[in-house]
Amino acid sequence: MTHTLPPHFLPRDQLQQLFDNLQRSGHQIYGPQVRDGAIVYAPLKSTSALPQGVEDHHAPASYRLINNGSEHWFDWVSTAQGVKPLLFRPRETLWRATRDTTGAPHFEDPANSTEKLAIIGLRACDLAALRLQDRHFLSVNHSPDPFYAARRQHLFIIAINCTRAVESCFCSSTGDGPRCDPTAGFDIAMTELDSGFVITSATPQGRQVTKPLTLRSASKAECDEAAQHEANATRQVRAVPSQNMRDTLFNALDHPQWDKIASRCLSCGNCTSVCPSCFCYSEQSEAELDGSSSEQQREWDSCFTPGHSYMHGITLRHDTRLRYRQWLTHKFAGWHDQYGRSGCTGCGRCITWCPPGIDLTAELAILNRAGGETDDG
Amino acid sequence: MMDNPHRPWRARVVERIQESGTVFTLRLEFLDPEIRAGYRFAPGQFNMVYLYGVGEVAISIVSDPKDPTLLDHTIRTVGRVTNGISQLQAGDIIGLRGPYGRGWPMQEAEGRDVLVITGGLGCAPVVSVINYIAERRKQFGKLTILQGVKLPKDLIWRDRFERWIKEPNTEVLLAADKGDPSWPWHVGLVVELFDQMRLSDHTIVMMCGPEGMMRACVDELLLRQIPEHAIYLSMERNMQCALGQCGHCQYGADFVCRDGPVFSYKQIEPLFTHSGF
Ligand SMILES: Cc1cc2nc3c(=O)[nH]c(=O)nc-3n(C[C@H](O)[C@H](O)[C@H](O)COP(=O)(O)OP(=O)(O)OC[C@H]3O[C@@H](n4cnc5c(N)ncnc54)[C@H](O)[C@@H]3O)c2cc1C
Ligand code: SF4
Ligand code: SF4
Ligand code: FES
Repeated sequence: MTHTLPPHFLPRDQLQQLFDNLQRSGHQIYGPQVRDGAIVYAPLKSTSALPQGVEDHHAPASYRLINNGSEHWFDWVSTAQGVKPLLFRPRETLWRATRDTTGAPHFEDPANSTEKLAIIGLRACDLAALRLQDRHFLSVNHSPDPFYAARRQHLFIIAINCTRAVESCFCSSTGDGPRCDPTAGFDIAMTELDSGFVITSATPQGRQVTKPLTLRSASKAECDEAAQHEANATRQVRAVPSQNMRDTLFNALDHPQWDKIASRCLSCGNCTSVCPSCFCYSEQSEAELDGSSSEQQREWDSCFTPGHSYMHGITLRHDTRLRYRQWLTHKFAGWHDQYGRSGCTGCGRCITWCPPGIDLTAELAILNRAGGETDDG
Repeated sequence: MMDNPHRPWRARVVERIQESGTVFTLRLEFLDPEIRAGYRFAPGQFNMVYLYGVGEVAISIVSDPKDPTLLDHTIRTVGRVTNGISQLQAGDIIGLRGPYGRGWPMQEAEGRDVLVITGGLGCAPVVSVINYIAERRKQFGKLTILQGVKLPKDLIWRDRFERWIKEPNTEVLLAADKGDPSWPWHVGLVVELFDQMRLSDHTIVMMCGPEGMMRACVDELLLRQIPEHAIYLSMERNMQCALGQCGHCQYGADFVCRDGPVFSYKQIEPLFTHSGF
């Protein structure tokens, strides 16, 4: 049961104490940091590692950071990559085969993660995407994934309410943000003000970590100020035409727009790798050269690779048109049947990181038009 | 040990039978008595067969489910993994996990006429159906088998077909794209065999093979008033995990490894006429 306490106020200089509490309880903290000109999640111990006064500016195929001179740590909106790689590892060993002296294989499990992660910085779209990954990797319909489950079990989440939107954001239209709903799955959520944070805990773990800080309740003025900042984030320039595009897309499989997109799409797979809900992976057997053991590894895959749809002698999705159609129909149509909602939470990453700047909200709008009209008629 | 659905169990090759130049059958048995005792499967389900250091492949179980301790896998050598597996001999140890997916609607088929259609280079998944019915002949109505091959030499189990032809209440119609003097049956496409048979209104159809062939056969069946829900197809897609996780086998919203491989035509009809899914 989640139960949100009335908001408290966390002075800016006490965020470090919250970090200390988490570290004392055995958590490794991951937080936003600037690396190679982008905001990414990386391990940190101290608030001094947080990106101060850093704003991100996004547009199709464009991303840059600027310094706005403020003291704020969370003026950026979206990390280049979400939290997906921290739970669903880009590459990991599923099991190992070792050979005995007769050459016969024996199968054993790798050591599973016992790490306790705490991640600070998730936005409402990231929380929604995490719930999607949970549905997929922990589903009881198929076998829950023990590796994802081990990391997820100990995950402590500090969510941040957005106080800006960037040009690629459209979480309002998908219904996933910008504010972090108390049932969204965070332990703690915070809204940043100049002097500190309006902070709420939604779980017993969240309360346990904030309790030693003996925080005072947030004043009405502080709550109002937080609400004002949060309102800024609702000003989004993009939107999906509808939260349920299932029938529209499955009825538009022969739409001429697929060809138009294919003439721009590079089939590079950037969109699927930054997409926080994409779950595809492939497996490889990596044998040791001495022939004594072999590891079965999985690695992120994408429906934009030829191997994704390979069956002996044929590649089912042999061209970009079919691959882009797979991506969009899976994300916005198939997901409804699989998990009861679209697979997109409006984070905008696939728009920012698409080299030719394909904007899926614009493509959906065209595909949504009746009669197979394309963008030029 | 953790509960790790990815990890195979050890299995022994009990017997290896060469069926044709490129097709062989492995009879497998789990080493762990507990796994062996707890294992049950249905015709049309499949296992993941792992060859040390090379990889895993999806292979249907073709033996009869009444003996779930000896599991026959009939395999065509086509590429890296199957090539390696073809080198195995009796006594060798491999990895095996399963069974996965949904099999053929054998219960629904009881008391009805069954039409089995296979094409391409012979198709393991439906062999389990034929074997199953042959073992329980009285529980089913008329059994009709349509099988198409490219060349006469591609017909594996010719002796079995010749035996099935002689069974009561059974009809076997064979076609080869190109004939030769050894081929007494039809020369041409499988769909052309439809004119040689009569379908009752309580026929249930089970087919597998190349999708082009299955499309053509579905068209013929619908023309002949067989309802969509009485037509079942076994689908094939790239498979990595067989657990509904890796996403490779997605067919629209379905995961072939979990929701299939056997589907009723009604279920997949919206996508079946579109290539690329
Ligand atoms: C549900 C199901 C049941 C099957 N039953 C049988 C059977 O009973 N007998 C049989 O001979 N074959 C069967 N197949 C096909 C068999 O899985 C492929 O022939 C095999 O994977 C080819 O592997 P390869 O490494 O030898 O070929 P390569 O061409 O080298 O393929 C490389 C890899 O691609 C993937 N792949 C390639 N083709 C397929 C395919 N058709 N289906 C799934 N993954 C593929 C595999 O991961 C494979 O290891 C079945 C496939 C499915 C999906
Ligand atoms: S489809 Fe694009 S906008 Fe939607 S969740 Fe994935 S990366 Fe974000
Ligand atoms: S099929 Fe494509 S869009 Fe769907 S989860 Fe896999 S990579 Fe993502
Ligand atoms: S084979 Fe991985 S999801 Fe079906």
